[in-house]
Amino acid sequence: MSAPTTVPALTAPRRARKLGTAERTVGTGLKVIAIRKPGVPIAELRLRIPFQSAAATFPAKAALLSSVLLTGAGSYDRAGLAAAIQAFGADLSVSVDADRLAITGNVLANRLRGLLDLLAVVLTEAGYAADEFATERDREVERLTIARSRSGTIASEALAERMWGAHPYAHDLPQADAVAATTPAQVRTVHRDRVRPDGAVLVIVGDISPARVVDQTEQALAAWTGDAAKPRIPKLPVPQPLPLLVVDRPDSVQSSVRMGTDAVTRTDPRYPALQLANLVFGGYFSSRWTENIREDKGYTYGPHSRIDHHVLGSTLMLDVEVATEVTGPAMLETFYELGRIASLPVTPTELESVRQYAIGSLALSTSTNAGLASTIAALAAFDLGLDWIREHPARLARVTIDDVAEAAHEFLAPSRFSSVVVGDAKQIADPLSVLGPIEQ
Amino acid sequence: MPKIPAPSFEIVHHTLDNGLRVVLAPDRTAPVIGVAVLYDVGMRSEPEGRTGFAHLFEHLMFQGSAHLEKLEHFRYVQSSGGTFNGSTHVDYTNYFESLPSNALERGLFLEADRMRSPRITAENLANQLDVVKNEIRVNVMNRPYGGFPWIYLPPVLFDSFANSHNGYGGFEDLESATVEDAADFFARYYAPANAVLSVGGDLDVDETIALIERHFAAIANRPKPERPDFGEPPLTSERRADHEDPHAPIPAVALGYRVPDPVNDLDGLLAHVLLAEVLTDGDASRLQRRLVQRDHLVTDISAYCGEFGDPFDERDPSAMTITAHYPDAGSLDAVLRATDDEIDRIAQDGLERGELERVRTRLLSVLLRELDPVISRTLEFAKFELVHGRAEMIAELPGLLTEVSEDAIPAAAALLRPDRRAVLELVAGGNR
Repeated sequence: MSAPTTVPALTAPRRARKLGTAERTVGTGLKVIAIRKPGVPIAELRLRIPFQSAAATFPAKAALLSSVLLTGAGSYDRAGLAAAIQAFGADLSVSVDADRLAITGNVLANRLRGLLDLLAVVLTEAGYAADEFATERDREVERLTIARSRSGTIASEALAERMWGAHPYAHDLPQADAVAATTPAQVRTVHRDRVRPDGAVLVIVGDISPARVVDQTEQALAAWTGDAAKPRIPKLPVPQPLPLLVVDRPDSVQSSVRMGTDAVTRTDPRYPALQLANLVFGGYFSSRWTENIREDKGYTYGPHSRIDHHVLGSTLMLDVEVATEVTGPAMLETFYELGRIASLPVTPTELESVRQYAIGSLALSTSTNAGLASTIAALAAFDLGLDWIREHPARLARVTIDDVAEAAHEFLAPSRFSSVVVGDAKQIADPLSVLGPIEQ
Repeated sequence: MPKIPAPSFEIVHHTLDNGLRVVLAPDRTAPVIGVAVLYDVGMRSEPEGRTGFAHLFEHLMFQGSAHLEKLEHFRYVQSSGGTFNGSTHVDYTNYFESLPSNALERGLFLEADRMRSPRITAENLANQLDVVKNEIRVNVMNRPYGGFPWIYLPPVLFDSFANSHNGYGGFEDLESATVEDAADFFARYYAPANAVLSVGGDLDVDETIALIERHFAAIANRPKPERPDFGEPPLTSERRADHEDPHAPIPAVALGYRVPDPVNDLDGLLAHVLLAEVLTDGDASRLQRRLVQRDHLVTDISAYCGEFGDPFDERDPSAMTITAHYPDAGSLDAVLRATDDEIDRIAQDGLERGELERVRTRLLSVLLRELDPVISRTLEFAKFELVHGRAEMIAELPGLLTEVSEDAIPAAAALLRPDRRAVLELVAGGNR
């Protein structure tokens, strides 16, 4: 028997089943979205609470609120709360960024109600006990020290400052001294003012009955009430390109390159074309950037280019770690590929490849409980939902080569990016300076 | 408490005439499939003077094959709407795709084509050598705590080259690899009879077996290589070593303890797996309470079985590792004393009421959750078939964990004695 020697064609695609779903904004202002996905007996939870602030001291308070929130509430001490969560086969964790406070969890589906009851206690009776607070404050300072010892963190922070200047988006991580100066009373005040249900979204996905889960959630969280303080947030500035910034990290064997520019939101008519243009440039493995600087030249383990969506605006972000001795040539190829896609049309083969990849990877990433829950929670911040996921393939199907060319011309031009390189300045500053002006 | 639902999976076995073992796990709830091929060769089997070769070879398997030019593998997967990857483990190497189910035959073709003959050229080797060196730079050399502890602990805990060497490889060894080495490695270890093919998700069993026969049956039968016994006796006295990390701002420590043979003494292993959870899973765990919350000795602490945190991923010898980061460089002895003290307390006094039950419930939930993505499930079936000889073991694990008795945990704790462990201290050389 001889095996086929040519690549088999794709067969007719099977459509995904429609998912059972229920959604309600309950009396307290909390929006609850429940989706049934049959499969493993686990439910995923994503609670998203708006958490923007223009106050300079806010990031430190928010970071501490997030790391102390689960250290005791109501009649539960720290170990008691953790043991109760564990007994439901569950996990809860808290994270914060410039847009939101997120409580993320998963639980055995038949113990979901128990976890919701515990969540209510945490939201309404978090203790912020002085000893736990002191423990977590010290740990937070150590974690920040460790984070800032990473080349990539240094580069991302420098780029955010360069793009956003005085805007709160410039600072994702708090400063260690601000954390050290924060008190339990300050964090309790933030909890009181900001950890409130109106404007918050809770997404639950898993082997559950959606209508019943929405009812259960409303009951379980009924005591969590009140309106959140609504701070005024300055508009996001348009990043102004500045000379490439070189940050010295002596003896680095690689350089961390971070580049960014503003992009368009998911609801902008140009978005599907920009999404596909970004994929052709550097957004997937078969992109021009990866095939050039990894698979042809071996300068890197892998570059990435992605569109990030923040509440105040979207960005196009590039990151790559390149060997120190090829930092100049790697930047040359990066500028070349950006310039090429901004100036010349993509090929029909390239467009079809990214179109199928975008459609397929959306289906894959939303085919798991965790992936669907995270996607729905992220979309909910923009008042988008399952419909957006269902309708997006059709939007991608309509994108033409001209649409991609226009989007690339507008958003992928190398002249538009803010750029930072962190590495061994005595080795990389000169090779980078021949490509254009640099600052150190 | 409501019962924990047991997972039920339909698993179909098939073996081709050339020895390729096939595991199918149909599940038609979403139009997605996973395709995975695992070869029974990993870091332990690479020859002396060729550290890192199994991983370098993994990269070469993506560089084109009998009927595919360089770059085509990636392009065919992604333009079908799929994703791909591969990874090198101590005992095996995997290659996999996650695809819409209308790309099933395409996925099988891509795997069959490189099982038949990967396109290994001097040019591809030179290119992937550069890529792998950059992978090591980004994950190890330029990163605080890079390679800690998985590269630096095994040489303290183990003696043989197979068990103790750096699986990422030294640059000198990697640079001396040749096309002939790669051809030999492929001929010896990448035989169909040395592999498991697993396909999960939206598939029809009969149709899929026919497609597999069509694409894989013509690959010539080659003998399955003899797998050496990598076992070595446990330590009889404590060993210590340190590792200088130029980027790390605070010190860290890793303790390595040998665990029972994961394949031939599974019950013994499961007791250690549960013990690791008792020690560090969550804020109610023993070492978090003592070292993080009460004594403020460490910033974090974590215990796990298996080199990369998966207890079922490797054969004998395997280890339990406890790692901790601590801000005060002078407190290592206090960290060790407090850890030993807590382990002793379990060995002497046993567990608290309800402690085993809640820890076990959480662990079962974690295991179930990991099976949600079709590709993870597909990989798990293949791994259990290859390492443990039975894909069905996944469905049996919850039952086996439930049968671990309350007494087994203190008995496991009693084995974690200082004279049976390796201690690796990470010395922080970074600026604070």
